[in-house]
Amino acid sequence: MRTPTQLSGISVSEVLGKSVPDIVTAVTDEWIEVASDRVVETLQWLLDSDEFDAAQLSNLTAVDRHTHIEVIYHLQSLDLNHQLVVKTRTHGMDPAVVQSAYPVYKGALLQEREVYDLMGVRFEGHPDLRRLFLWDGFPGHPLRKDFLAMPGRITSGLEGFPFEDKDKPIRPINQENVETGVAYVVTGETDENRPETDLSEDRG
Amino acid sequence: MTTSTEPYVLNIGPQHPSTHGVFRLRVVMDGEKIKDLDMIVGYLHRSMEKLAEERTFTQNIPFTDRADYLAAMTGNLGLAIAVERLAGVEVPERAEYLRVIFSELQRIASHAMANGTLISDAGAWQTPLLYMFREREKILDLFEMTCGARLTTNYMRIGGVAFDPPLEFWPALQELVDELPDRIDEYHELLVSNEVFLARTRGVGVISPEDAINASLTGPALRGSGIPWDLRKADPYSVYDRMDFDVVVGKSGDVYDRFMVRMSELYQSVKIIKQAISQIPSGAHKTDIPLALRPDEGEIYSRIESPRGEIGFFLVSDGGPSPYRFHLRAPSLINLSLLNELGRDAALSDAIVTLGSLDIVVGEIDR
Repeated sequence: MRTPTQLSGISVSEVLGKSVPDIVTAVTDEWIEVASDRVVETLQWLLDSDEFDAAQLSNLTAVDRHTHIEVIYHLQSLDLNHQLVVKTRTHGMDPAVVQSAYPVYKGALLQEREVYDLMGVRFEGHPDLRRLFLWDGFPGHPLRKDFLAMPGRITSGLEGFPFEDKDKPIRPINQENVETGVAYVVTGETDENRPETDLSEDRG
Repeated sequence: MTTSTEPYVLNIGPQHPSTHGVFRLRVVMDGEKIKDLDMIVGYLHRSMEKLAEERTFTQNIPFTDRADYLAAMTGNLGLAIAVERLAGVEVPERAEYLRVIFSELQRIASHAMANGTLISDAGAWQTPLLYMFREREKILDLFEMTCGARLTTNYMRIGGVAFDPPLEFWPALQELVDELPDRIDEYHELLVSNEVFLARTRGVGVISPEDAINASLTGPALRGSGIPWDLRKADPYSVYDRMDFDVVVGKSGDVYDRFMVRMSELYQSVKIIKQAISQIPSGAHKTDIPLALRPDEGEIYSRIESPRGEIGFFLVSDGGPSPYRFHLRAPSLINLSLLNELGRDAALSDAIVTLGSLDIVVGEIDR
């Protein structure tokens, strides 16, 4: 959905496509998509163009789409007061590689470190690509959909949290509760075999 | 005679008054000068974005309290507006005015806190900070009166606000906005002409306008460098387009200018609240929405002006009751993009004041 100040992706791609042919790989009303090895070229062109003047990288984030990771750049012009959205996608999940936007925007420095940390996208050309929030030895990238078993939403490659005792999973996932969307299945005590207690005695 | 020193590593934080939370600076010092500087964050990381994918849109509002805990109202509002735009929910007019009133009260409280701690960083230990707390306390009392909480308000709802303020709220608010300009004048007298404060802040931590834009700075950090960019004017949300106020900008982009931008914005916020009080209509304060709101498949990036800058919410919906992807654009984190450049070759004491002037909230950095 477009916000009031957001430019239509179709109009952006028309102008961009005339100047740099074959750079836009997909387009909708909301965004344009470019190849992951042409990100710097696109952003630099949008920054330099008088018509779009994408002076600021407002927001940089990523979405896990199961087969690939989508990296999203929200750009804005402060003089012309509009926003435009550029997307790119990685080839596969491991490794997920995208060109770094840092040569064009200094504002990408910490945002790309965050995406690398939580989503596992390697930004080529980033001067200091380290984890931002988690410690260096942390296994995996938590915002990926396959990081933890998320019942009812997606099947998981992991049975539980990486550090827990694998023999005693706290969140056993089976096909049954994936379908019904039951969040927790506690093995052992159930309503049927729980011993009945008389609460009136406790109250005195 | 010249003396030489060897570079050494100094850890500031994670527990230190000048880092405003659980935030660690690892600096390489050569004498009094900083040779290199690295920030280490994540001590407060609670994986909000991951947790949000398992909760409904309404259940995610309390997370925004705990992200920017000094400006919970604007965090709440940012998410509420994003979901409303995504799902096409209408908001009653009275609720829009209440949102403006509470956002501006929160801005005053947050700016008072920011400036108070900045002065504290500059060496005026505690006294000015507690002056600033005087007004903040009254604002938090108003919050408590309305929604029962002082910091983690959880007040905004998708489609309105949680409660209509009680009757005794309005006279208390009127009293506050009447006395606030005089109180702010008092701070000006106390601080603006203080020679020590000027010496500590003028010409320190200068950010050029080009750098500020290129490094995605927003809020007072951007306006301090002379860029008149305020989302309340540029991309008006709620009923800000009906309010008459000025966007305050600095000139030189130093710590003093960022301080003064916040100071002057206090007057503007009072002005907005006065207009909102005179215009507020009667009526409902909330639209009814389904318990589990299911927006259509799609995505949105919606932003508002928080006291720290552009707080944005990027939501992807797959048609279910909870977001497929929930991203909070944290102005506190992104305003630190230039920290390394600002800190290098500066004196340690100047770097501390510069960090204070960027007004970080670690809950929002780490999320």
